[in-house]
Amino acid sequence: MRPSTCFILLLTTGLVLLLLMGIHARSSRVSRQAELQERAMLVHRLRLTDLCLFTEARYTRHPAMADLHAPFQDHPTALEHFPSGSLVTPPATLQRSYAPRP
Amino acid sequence: MHHALSRHRNILDFALSSLLRRKAKNISLFLVYTLIIFVIASLIFFVQALKREAALLLAEAPDMVVQRMIAGRHDLIPTNYGEKISAIRGVSEVTPRLWGYYYDPVFQANYTLLAPDTAPPPPGTITIGSGVARNLRIKTDDLVTFRSYSGTPLLLTVSGIMPLHSELVSADLVLMAAEDFQAMFRMPKDVATDLAVTVANPRELVTVANKIVELFPDTRPILKSELLRTYDSLFDWRGGMMVVMLAVALLSFVIFAWDKASGLSAEERKEIGILKSIGWETGDVLLLKFWEGAVISLSAFLAGVLLAYLHVFFSSAALFSHALKGWAILYPQFTLVPTIDGYQLSVLFVLSVLPYTAATIIPAWLAATIAPDAAMRS
Repeated sequence: MRPSTCFILLLTTGLVLLLLMGIHARSSRVSRQAELQERAMLVHRLRLTDLCLFTEARYTRHPAMADLHAPFQDHPTALEHFPSGSLVTPPATLQRSYAPRP
Repeated sequence: MHHALSRHRNILDFALSSLLRRKAKNISLFLVYTLIIFVIASLIFFVQALKREAALLLAEAPDMVVQRMIAGRHDLIPTNYGEKISAIRGVSEVTPRLWGYYYDPVFQANYTLLAPDTAPPPPGTITIGSGVARNLRIKTDDLVTFRSYSGTPLLLTVSGIMPLHSELVSADLVLMAAEDFQAMFRMPKDVATDLAVTVANPRELVTVANKIVELFPDTRPILKSELLRTYDSLFDWRGGMMVVMLAVALLSFVIFAWDKASGLSAEERKEIGILKSIGWETGDVLLLKFWEGAVISLSAFLAGVLLAYLHVFFSSAALFSHALKGWAILYPQFTLVPTIDGYQLSVLFVLSVLPYTAATIIPAWLAATIAPDAAMRS
């Protein structure tokens, strides 16, 4: 087989897979509509305001509800405004737990 | 037509055998190129899918949330604020929201405790998100102990676990009755965390917000449009992590293309000289170089995009999970509903395939326009 035929076959396979990717995305959207609806209903019923993406701190768990002066409030994941932010390391006490155990 | 096609095929054959002659170099080139496309495409898929999901889900969020501020910080709001707010024309419903955070010192995870106003779990029981169940390694009917703010343990029975596919909104939620919530945090009954306000006409939201601030200057209304905007900026290409990752990927691509555009190797120059001396025209040499560039860039684009799709929608963006986890112990496991933005993929194609192909042609054109013997000697 000529090398060009191999390449054309490879390219066609790639394009077909790209097309299948589009079809998969569309069909997944349709088949998972009920699931999405259920999530939306949960948001409505519980009156939720944020997605559960980062649970490490108040202002990352609920960025939309954070205090005006909380980090990232200007826009979440914004780069640090203050140079000190990139120089000062997190305090060691943050890693240690003083919370009482149940 | 047939002649032109067979000319292209012959040159493509030659280009492929020429690429295979420098196998090691071209395979490493293909891998680096694929990796760059993979990172950028993964980011596009991930962000687009999250953006779509956020817009669809947060469309169901309260029209407005009213917080009380004390000394610049969020504080508990008296429920009688709600009574006065509901008297404002246009407000159809005001619901106090009871929610807060609980740090689990054993598993070092943060949970969001919430007392829903509709269909709350019976007192003494909780419904938990599947992230909490996974973290605490518990199932329905198990007992959980939370340490209340009065220092006494609060014993609660798990009455249900929220479905796995709702983790994007509920992974860290612990739903409980208002009585349990108030006992847990020693919270007086006449206060709430904030107030959810429903306004009949969305166009009146700003007017209502202004009236609320006039009535209660210590409050901060947060409109639904602001919630949506927060998430829009979170996933915006201009903001934060997105811009850092995109900049790194694009910069590496620029360096990569620049290296290619900055000149040909002596061997490639010699090859061009030989081709010209045996009768190839400049146009043929350029076509050869075009096909060499196109073979690498098209294959890398297709492989990168397909791998990115598998990475984001079949492995839940496993490579990004470390960035998302941060210091968090409890991490939601969600599979996003696939979304493909044709426009952004086209931009990626234009910004990656075309410059690379052009970068391979320009130095070849410079080499092909000089005399064959000079090209061979250089």
